[in-house]
Amino acid sequence: MNSPFPFLTLITFIPAVAGAIILLMPKERGQLIKVTAAVVTFISAVLALFIFFTYDQTKGGYQFIEGPYPWVQSLGISYLVGADGINLVMLILTGIVSFMGVLISWGINERPKEFFAFFLFLVAGVYGVFMSLDLFLLIFFYELSIFPMYFLIANWGWPVTREYAAMKLTLYLLIGSIVALIGLLAVYFSADSVAMGLQPGEHTFNMLKLAQGNIPLAVQRFWFLPIFLGFGVLAGIWPFHNWSPDGHVAAPTAVSMIHAGVLMKLGAYAALVTAVKLLPDAAKEFLPFIIFLVTINVVYGAAIAMVQKDFKYVIGFSSVSHMGLVTMGFATMNQVGLNGAVLQMFSHGIMTALFFSVVGMIYDRTHTRQIPELGGFIKFFPIVGIAFIIGGLASMGMPGLSGFVAELQIFMGLWSGPANGAIYPWYPIIAILAIWGVVLTAAYVLRVVQQVFFGDWDPHKWHDLRPINLGDKFVLVTFTLILIVVGLFPGVLMNMINSGTAPVVKLLGG
Amino acid sequence: MDFINNNLLTLIVFSPAIFAVLMLIIPTKDRGLKYAALIFSLITTALTIYLWIQYPAATSDPAGFKFVVNAPWFPQINSTYHVGVDGISLAMILLTGILTPLGILISFRITDRVRVYLALFLLLETGMLGVFASLDLIIFFIFWEIGLVPMYFLINVWGSKNRQYASFKFFIYTMAGSVGMLLAIQVLWFALGKTYDMNAIQAALPNFSGTLFGLPAQTIKSIAFWAFTIAFAIKVPIWPFHTWLPDAHTEAPTAGSMLLAGVLLKLGAYGFLRIVLPFFPDQAAQFSGILAILALAGIVFTALAAFGQNDFKRLVAYSSVNHMGFVVLGIAAAAASYGSTDPAVKASAVIAVNGAVLQMFAHGLSAAAMFALVGVVYDRAHTRDLNELGGLWAVMPIYGGILIFSAMANLGLPGLAGFPAEFQVVRGAWPVFTLITALSMIGLLLTGAYVLKAIQKVLHGPVNHELLHHTEMTEINWTERLALAPLMVLMLAIGLYPFWLMGVINQSVTKLIGG
Repeated sequence: MNSPFPFLTLITFIPAVAGAIILLMPKERGQLIKVTAAVVTFISAVLALFIFFTYDQTKGGYQFIEGPYPWVQSLGISYLVGADGINLVMLILTGIVSFMGVLISWGINERPKEFFAFFLFLVAGVYGVFMSLDLFLLIFFYELSIFPMYFLIANWGWPVTREYAAMKLTLYLLIGSIVALIGLLAVYFSADSVAMGLQPGEHTFNMLKLAQGNIPLAVQRFWFLPIFLGFGVLAGIWPFHNWSPDGHVAAPTAVSMIHAGVLMKLGAYAALVTAVKLLPDAAKEFLPFIIFLVTINVVYGAAIAMVQKDFKYVIGFSSVSHMGLVTMGFATMNQVGLNGAVLQMFSHGIMTALFFSVVGMIYDRTHTRQIPELGGFIKFFPIVGIAFIIGGLASMGMPGLSGFVAELQIFMGLWSGPANGAIYPWYPIIAILAIWGVVLTAAYVLRVVQQVFFGDWDPHKWHDLRPINLGDKFVLVTFTLILIVVGLFPGVLMNMINSGTAPVVKLLGG
Repeated sequence: MDFINNNLLTLIVFSPAIFAVLMLIIPTKDRGLKYAALIFSLITTALTIYLWIQYPAATSDPAGFKFVVNAPWFPQINSTYHVGVDGISLAMILLTGILTPLGILISFRITDRVRVYLALFLLLETGMLGVFASLDLIIFFIFWEIGLVPMYFLINVWGSKNRQYASFKFFIYTMAGSVGMLLAIQVLWFALGKTYDMNAIQAALPNFSGTLFGLPAQTIKSIAFWAFTIAFAIKVPIWPFHTWLPDAHTEAPTAGSMLLAGVLLKLGAYGFLRIVLPFFPDQAAQFSGILAILALAGIVFTALAAFGQNDFKRLVAYSSVNHMGFVVLGIAAAAASYGSTDPAVKASAVIAVNGAVLQMFAHGLSAAAMFALVGVVYDRAHTRDLNELGGLWAVMPIYGGILIFSAMANLGLPGLAGFPAEFQVVRGAWPVFTLITALSMIGLLLTGAYVLKAIQKVLHGPVNHELLHHTEMTEINWTERLALAPLMVLMLAIGLYPFWLMGVINQSVTKLIGG
């Protein structure tokens, strides 16, 4: 049953160990530090891709399992990791975005040692959350990925707001995770030991066992919302979203990429595997109401994005809007909607990382992000402009790109209604309301494209217009190609996602 | 050869997209790029003509489509790559295949970012051809939306002064319509056994009963009917959803306007014939009166609006809405016939839709020619203000001849393409909507007035010496003549002997009406 080779462990621990080694390197060796970070993230990405392609989809379930290796035996904490159709997609997303993030950060010359060390710790934490099958391990990695964020934003962020944003982000996420942790402890104590095959009075954090723990309905009902919304803070669920635009804007480019591209999915993923998978009975009762919150995300986020003057805030609020679609996909509680939600996580991860890298490239040269001050950049940066346009088209759900495939399935999920056959008359109305988020997205994307890339070009205004380097080009081209390939051949990811969401639908269907 | 025969439709639809990618990488300068794009688009044209020749002998599937391909594409949502053609889509594919190389010829004057321009132009062709070939609703929607993007950039980047406003309006209008259509597509998918296949949906819809989301099936059908209708009405455009069009046309580059008026507007009308009428015959019959009144309003009001324009291109743009009004009138007559069992009404409806499809083809030719001719003057005079032009026949006699020829086809002079089309629409709609059809004749009269106004203001009257002094009003050149000649030949061919086209169209229309 156990994996003969510790692939997953290596994926997580190579960046963690490399981060520690970087801290020991002499700080003058900036180039060596960057190369190390690039090589390490590349190795993890390749390993993740290797698992992705060798995973047996016909068999499904968790594969490449390692453990459980007892860690704190008296408390039932063990080291247990595994990969299924959902988290594998998240692992390759993390691999791609983290490697690209290092390439984008090549220009960081201010204390590169600490920057890349924290960046690698962050990446290790993110990988860890996605593969954990033990609740304690999951929380452990979750916190591990929040703290580097604080230092990365506060030290290397936008000087105007970085202290405020870093503090706000950390407090929000911390409070959310503590609330979720309390809920998870309640689950831990109320699980039926005998049903899980343990001695009476013995407890475990092993999620595979907890899933059989017959959690009493009263406990499920009481703790579902704290757990779901506690993690949901990181997914930007309204009204707990307002750390996110501030955090995105203040963060340095690579951190924004990781943050919006991967970290926000951490919240959605954790909410799915804990709140939904461990408390399915309560999920069936509460998700149809949580959908109201996320509808506000989708429409209000897009409307706010439309009136922003700061380029980076536009992207920040667009993430709030798009992450709303992910949770909306969860709330449909059926196969097609969940498939759409997971694909939306991947697709949004790629496109938002692309957006933030574009914003970063322009800001590094113009030192302004005010949309009215920019203009005509397609003349100077054709590749940057085209990449942004394709990303923008993907975000407004243009067919032929990955965003369409994801959003199409989420809306199909809304029409279909929950898999258990319950009928909620507001689901079709939600679909009709939420589709306006798509139209608003088209409006704000076109507004940015018209002004920033096609407006009037004033070559005398800018003094520091160095061309983008080869690494930047590679990043943009890779992201763009991924959006196109997934859009034209959704089967690349959909078969995998389908095998991962099927068990969840089974849980929610009964 | 077998490979071409077996995949003919797929080759036609995707060849322009492949050529578009090639355009981005072939290592030549602007001039070479233009010739390359011309040759590429002619390959697609040759394939469409080959399709046209092969069509009568090809075997058809039970639903009446030929050259059908049905391959798996997205099994999780049960959507397949299902394409095929019948007489109506064949005519439209032929039209697209003919107009694209002519648009590229007209674009030989473009000097700014030629490579991207031509690539977008070819991508646009794939989008349009794909809509006409699709038999799966998701595939249909994908191509429908894909055509939007290149057109947006053609207007936004290569357009004239107010291009940003116009392109934005065009995009958001169409997008707002198409999201409604997407929701309707999904409702049908959910209501009818989770399939996107058009034939399957058409077969299943009459049996759809009971309630859905707490609403009776009839209400659901009516909502879906209006969602599709509004999406297509924006594209046609049907009055009062037309306001994006004059702006988009005025700002678009010449070749963009040619394809916009020539093919893109037909996508909406085609949607009515392929989706709205076959899927919702009862609702179509119920609401056909509204459609007919909107068609009448479009015919009369936009003819008046065209008469009031002083911008040559805006005048031609309003004339497009005016002419598409007759297409809608024909569709409304067909819609009304579903409520009747009278064979005479059915026969009239067949005539009306025959006329509508022929009008789509004929207007595609004449509108493309008119926009090309507006472009010829604008490129030389740098103004489209009718008050600044004048007396150009003396300066550009050949241009004058071509303009009069195309304008006459546009206003429906017997012997040219517009006449048999409009005649059939009016003849077919008369027994169904007598009063409305009679009133629409006012529009026909006004058409004569604004077309003559344009001719008079451009060709006759005193020469504007100041304009001649500052600009070089040279005769229409050979590239432009080459682009216009095929259009003129076809306008004459359809006007004198429409049956070479009508035979194919009639077969499919008869099947559609079920008469």
